[in-house]
Amino acid sequence: MLQLSIFLENAQGRLADALNTLADLQVNIRALSLADTKDYGVLRIIVENPEEVAEKLRERNCVVKITQVWVLKVPDSPGGLAGQLNKLVAEGVNVEYMYGFVEKENEQAQVVLRVRDAEIMQAAMDKLALK
Amino acid sequence: MTQDELLLHLRKTIAQVLKAPYYKKRLAEVGIYYPGDVKSLEDFRKIPLTDKEALRQNYPFGLFAEPLEKMVRIHASSGTTGKPTVVGYTREDIQLWAKIVANGLRRAGITSNDVVQVAYGYGLFTGGMGLHYGCEELGALVIPISGGNTQRQLMLMRDFGSTVLCCTPSYALYLADSLEEEGMTKEDLKLRVGIFGAEPWTEQMRAEIETRLGIRALDIYGLSETMGPGVSLECLKGEGLHIDENFYPEILDKDGNVLPEGETGELVLTSFNKMGFPGLRYRTKDITSITYGSCTCGHTGWTMKRVSARVDDMLIIRGVNVFPSQIEEAILSVGGIEPHYLIVVDREGNLDTLEVQIEVNAASFNDEIRELEELQQRLQTKIHEILNIAARVRLVEPKSIPRSEGKAKRVIDKRKEKQLS
Repeated sequence: MLQLSIFLENAQGRLADALNTLADLQVNIRALSLADTKDYGVLRIIVENPEEVAEKLRERNCVVKITQVWVLKVPDSPGGLAGQLNKLVAEGVNVEYMYGFVEKENEQAQVVLRVRDAEIMQAAMDKLALK
Repeated sequence: MTQDELLLHLRKTIAQVLKAPYYKKRLAEVGIYYPGDVKSLEDFRKIPLTDKEALRQNYPFGLFAEPLEKMVRIHASSGTTGKPTVVGYTREDIQLWAKIVANGLRRAGITSNDVVQVAYGYGLFTGGMGLHYGCEELGALVIPISGGNTQRQLMLMRDFGSTVLCCTPSYALYLADSLEEEGMTKEDLKLRVGIFGAEPWTEQMRAEIETRLGIRALDIYGLSETMGPGVSLECLKGEGLHIDENFYPEILDKDGNVLPEGETGELVLTSFNKMGFPGLRYRTKDITSITYGSCTCGHTGWTMKRVSARVDDMLIIRGVNVFPSQIEEAILSVGGIEPHYLIVVDREGNLDTLEVQIEVNAASFNDEIRELEELQQRLQTKIHEILNIAARVRLVEPKSIPRSEGKAKRVIDKRKEKQLS
């Protein structure tokens, strides 16, 4: 799965501006996370046709990066995420960051994972038959 | 040169400048009416400095020391920031200038066997004709092509077998780009040396020009107010720009005190043997340092470092002299960042603050905050290393720094705005 990351200055109205731009482009955000520091933030989003959206954002002077992430379904119960994560850690997966969302159709809990090494992650996913 | 010889030369220059009403008045202010009134170097150092403003106020011919009938040439600055500054030359001055440039070129290894393409502008600007006369004096074959018309430049360079290229360093890079577009390579040319000046350039640019054109790239320095190109030029040893013996350099601090050898400050020049427009303690506004000694190329006397900055650009932050070019150097050395930056100087309480805003771009942006913070930290560390003062680096969105037409605005000094309000 490809994720878009957008650099945002930490100034009033910048996040709203970015979201307005995405609305103008008729982009539906399926999952989102905002990481912030004192000066700036990074808006990470999961959308349909990420490459196309990235190109359009670049035309509007946004700094956009496309990164590979994994979307993992997790049991919607106490310890559900911990259980999945423990298995991945045991396979040598190193998580950079993650954020959760609920898929609306079947109320399935999911997390977006960004990892240090994509190959290790892919091998772990295959081995554990996760998706 | 001994102290006595130096004084003799300085008195000759004073005798000549006293013929110009402007200098006569300035020298009277410090009690100098005759050349003999300057009995020591200390006396000489009391003479008020002259700058571009004096030329503007005495526009057009107020600093000429000979009547117009003796003048044979005029050069002038473009006058983009006001009235042009006008300088004049007698026949002897033109001959002296030609000898000065020829001597510099000779030390740069250029001989009568060379074919020199002079791609500096010919006209009121001193660059083209200064190099032209110098090359002829040397006996080299000159191609007076002037600037521009790049395809023609390349065609003649190849067909005439030019061995030396004289132009601005940025035009040299443009020629290198065009060479590739024309389907030629540096092997199609016979170029071996470039004499580049008339604008500031960096060591990175030198390396790039040398590699792409397969030549030695040498720096030439001069300004119309003191003669034109040729005041100083690098020899093949590459250990600085040798100042011609017809100029007496001083390095001054911001209060006008003369600094010892090797220390950095503003270059002030006095000319010897110049008749029409002699220069006495002329402020170049260029920042450099000078050393005295001899070089294996045959030069004896003063050598200056490459000019890295101008007085006009200098900021004083917490008592430290800071040039925007130093901050640019730090940004470039960390790499990955296109240098769109803005320096914001402010004062909080009694302490000056320095903030450097740098636009993030596709190459420097990383999705992980940790990486961005590391980049910020590396930049801060590098700036601290170079300036010895702490700066706060702030990463900002692309195109958020205002663009201006022409020269980019790199500095906002809020301390000045506060003083005014």
